[in-house]
Amino acid sequence: MDRELSVIVAAFGYLALLFVIAAWADRRARQGRSVIASPFVYTLSIAVYCTAWTFYGSVGRAADAGPSFLLIYLGPTLAMLCGPLIIRKMVRTARAQRITSIADFISARYGKSSRLGALVALVALIGITPYIALQLKAITLSHAVLMHYSPVPTGVTSAASFLNDKSFWVALVLAVFIMLFGTRHLDASERHEGMVAAIAVESLVKLVAFLVVGLFTVFMLFDGPADLFARAAAQPQLQHALSLSAVPGGALGWIGTLLLAFLAFLTLPRQFQVLVVENVDERHLLRASWLFPLYLLIINLMVIPIALAGLLLSGTGSDPDSFVLTLPLSAGQEGLSLFVFIGGLSAATGMVIVETIALSTMVSNQLVMPLLLRATPLSRGLRGDLSGWLLGIRRVAIALILLLGYLYHALIGDAYSLVTIGLVSFAAVSQFAPALLLGLYWRGACGLGAGLGMLAGIAVWGYTLLLPGFAQSGWLPMSFVEQGLYHLAWLRPYALFGLDGLDIYSHSLLWSLMANIGVLVGVSLFTRQSRLEQTQAALFTGALTEGIDTAPLWQGQTTRGALRDLLKRYLGGTATSRVLAEANATDRNTSMEACVASADGENAAAMDASASPQLIARAEQALAGALGSASARVLINSVVRGEALDREAVLRILDSTSQTLEYNRRLEQKSRELARIGEELRGANERLRELDRLKDEFVAMVSHELRTPLTSIRAFAEILRDSQDMPDDKRAQFLEVVVLESQRLSRLIEEILDLARLESGRLTLHPKRLDLVDLTRQSLAAVQHPIEERGVHLEAIIDLDEAQVIGDPDRLEQVIINLIDNAAKFAADQAPRVLVRLERHRGHIRLSVEDNGPGIAIEERERVFEKFHQLAQQSPASGHTRGRPRGSGLGLPISRGIVSQLGGRLWVEDAETLDGASLIMELPDAPREMQAS
Amino acid sequence: MMPPRRTERLVVLVILAALLFTPPLILLADRPAGGLSWLAAYLFVAWALVIGLAAWLLEREPKE
Repeated sequence: MDRELSVIVAAFGYLALLFVIAAWADRRARQGRSVIASPFVYTLSIAVYCTAWTFYGSVGRAADAGPSFLLIYLGPTLAMLCGPLIIRKMVRTARAQRITSIADFISARYGKSSRLGALVALVALIGITPYIALQLKAITLSHAVLMHYSPVPTGVTSAASFLNDKSFWVALVLAVFIMLFGTRHLDASERHEGMVAAIAVESLVKLVAFLVVGLFTVFMLFDGPADLFARAAAQPQLQHALSLSAVPGGALGWIGTLLLAFLAFLTLPRQFQVLVVENVDERHLLRASWLFPLYLLIINLMVIPIALAGLLLSGTGSDPDSFVLTLPLSAGQEGLSLFVFIGGLSAATGMVIVETIALSTMVSNQLVMPLLLRATPLSRGLRGDLSGWLLGIRRVAIALILLLGYLYHALIGDAYSLVTIGLVSFAAVSQFAPALLLGLYWRGACGLGAGLGMLAGIAVWGYTLLLPGFAQSGWLPMSFVEQGLYHLAWLRPYALFGLDGLDIYSHSLLWSLMANIGVLVGVSLFTRQSRLEQTQAALFTGALTEGIDTAPLWQGQTTRGALRDLLKRYLGGTATSRVLAEANATDRNTSMEACVASADGENAAAMDASASPQLIARAEQALAGALGSASARVLINSVVRGEALDREAVLRILDSTSQTLEYNRRLEQKSRELARIGEELRGANERLRELDRLKDEFVAMVSHELRTPLTSIRAFAEILRDSQDMPDDKRAQFLEVVVLESQRLSRLIEEILDLARLESGRLTLHPKRLDLVDLTRQSLAAVQHPIEERGVHLEAIIDLDEAQVIGDPDRLEQVIINLIDNAAKFAADQAPRVLVRLERHRGHIRLSVEDNGPGIAIEERERVFEKFHQLAQQSPASGHTRGRPRGSGLGLPISRGIVSQLGGRLWVEDAETLDGASLIMELPDAPREMQAS
Repeated sequence: MMPPRRTERLVVLVILAALLFTPPLILLADRPAGGLSWLAAYLFVAWALVIGLAAWLLEREPKE
């Protein structure tokens, strides 16, 4: 009795400690100093995966079925490695939509369907109850082993009345504990920080306890691992204990179990709870995705040594499931075995706590609330604050779930070993996987398909695993298992359609998943989704796309007052004012009076104001956090009139992601192109302006140049008209001026016409082969006399015999004369000289005309080719002009135009022999074939 | 967001892990070593390797 007392004190002391930890973490959370905001705590909370089934059952399975126990942990290792891809998507969606459980998640994905949510909740309830029973059984059994070690009659506990049954009291204590910590807040998505902290501690306790018993076994009972393995290897019956041949189903069964564990890890309600709902920060997933597999690896390291040791020391008679306890007990280690018992207790309670909270949330949100809301008279009858009702429902659900677990345990639990029950549950929750995973990645998966698929899958599961289990418990005749329904051999539950050779779990998983996926895909392909469903599908599948608006906005009409009443009714006063305040803080677009309303909260006029779409969305989220998305939608629908969803929003979401990105890219390209074109246009505009300016200048200059001779002609003509008594010589002189100026005028006009033709490209040249030597001599002869008359010394150096070029002789002569004339004008005042030189230069004929004038500054050299540009006449100081004829300023531009039309160049350089400037004309040599012709 | 390269590497790591943990590769390790099979030892080593690679992959680059 002494031992009994110490065990009870230890167990309750441990639970009390958990209680204290949870309370402490909750207080810290309220103070805003969360203790669970760490990837390590997150990892430890995920380790709720390791239940009593791991703690006791792994050893049992290792003893029975070799290394296949590892599959239960390798599957989650794979799933967790995919965590940054798959689970992160779930976390993000769940946060955006305030998802509270896996049933809520699946229901929300398929258009917030309440029927689907209820189905998931029901399946979870059916599938998980045995699993909870398993934990109760583990606690009871381990307690019994601890108390009555020696002969272990396992049936002793169930034979006693339930008041003496420890598991009943365990269930009761756990129920109270869970009610206290699981249902403090209504908003289930507001995380149970205290619970998570307690679970993390439990995970540490069970890990340490298991390692300690393993080390004790290896180093105290044996002389290290080498001794243990050597002794095990010496036993002939253990020869195949660790090989694949010990695994039921062989290689195929191996893969089947691995897949089962992979899927179950993602779909178990408690895993969804800790992985998704209780996730504080998405980034914790990155570290947890390798840390959690590490935890699994460490906790499994000692399984094989303990199993081998148990087989070696206890013989075949004892139950391998309790080796963990019997080994230290057999060595007389009371303290150690008590610690191990606490470890097992922590593994079991951790699972029961989280699973029950998850299940109770599902039951209240997906099963009870929709029914309550549907029964309108009833919900109308419940006047006032419904939030208390909700908590009550959840508490009752917790009690009922634990009671169900207890009943299952008491009535049929003894028929299975631990691991068997666990795998049956795994196979049940795996039926969520197609709806969950396909729904995350395939937008076309529809709610009807998901529901029917799940029904089909769970039916197959029931037929191939559950019913045979009942048969083994004696509730059904065993002939059902051995010969099939109605003695039809192809309906044998363990070999459906004659498929033999698999272990029962792989067999069940194969058929159930096939039915499930087949129906889901088949129905989805031939069903049209509702609009809400399309929206939700797009939101779920596109959850990881940046910039997607995760909350569809409402387009309906309602008043703020109506919303507030609704929230108040279901969430209570404090939560309601918080939601409204938050919505106002984020929604700055609301009118002034709405802001005022948020200040005093009760302003009647403001409460009549219509609610913004953002506020409605926020209210729906808040309700979803408490009641599940399907119920929240029904409630919002009850107060919002009109179109539920903005069609534009739906289309926007559906078409978003890739298409939007593509459009963006194209738009960017277009705008870049436009910018480039704009730049070009601006450049062209600049040039046009410049040309326009030049044209204006040109017109001004032309008029000016034309007016000068015209003015003098007119002046002299008037003098001649008005002065009748003018002497004849004077009259002749004046007439001479008039004639000269007229000539100059007509020359000017000729030049302007030339220039205009040149610039418009209408100057017609008549190019032909000619000898530039002849042409130069001819030009020289023409200008020799007038130039020498002006006192300019003209000389020519022509080194060539002939210089064949292609050109228009008249025009070229004009150019040469112009150049010589020009040079003569700018030659020095004293002893002016002009030198014409004709030579061959790199395949070109070069004619240079030099003078001994002041030269042309470098910056002026191009400008002399501008129209009407006239170099400032030098030496005003000398006060003496040599009577140079003024040029029109058009000669050089015309010359350059002609030369370049003939394929040559004309430019200015410093003179080589004389001091002044040198104008150089270069024309290409005429081609040879032309020469031949 | 996860950088695309890291996503690719992670996917390949998951495929590698799945290959290491399933037949036919595990059949190679299923050989008796002085009476007991190597299989369990192989699984633990492969497991540790995969975890090590995952840790290296996910911790190496700075988080966004």
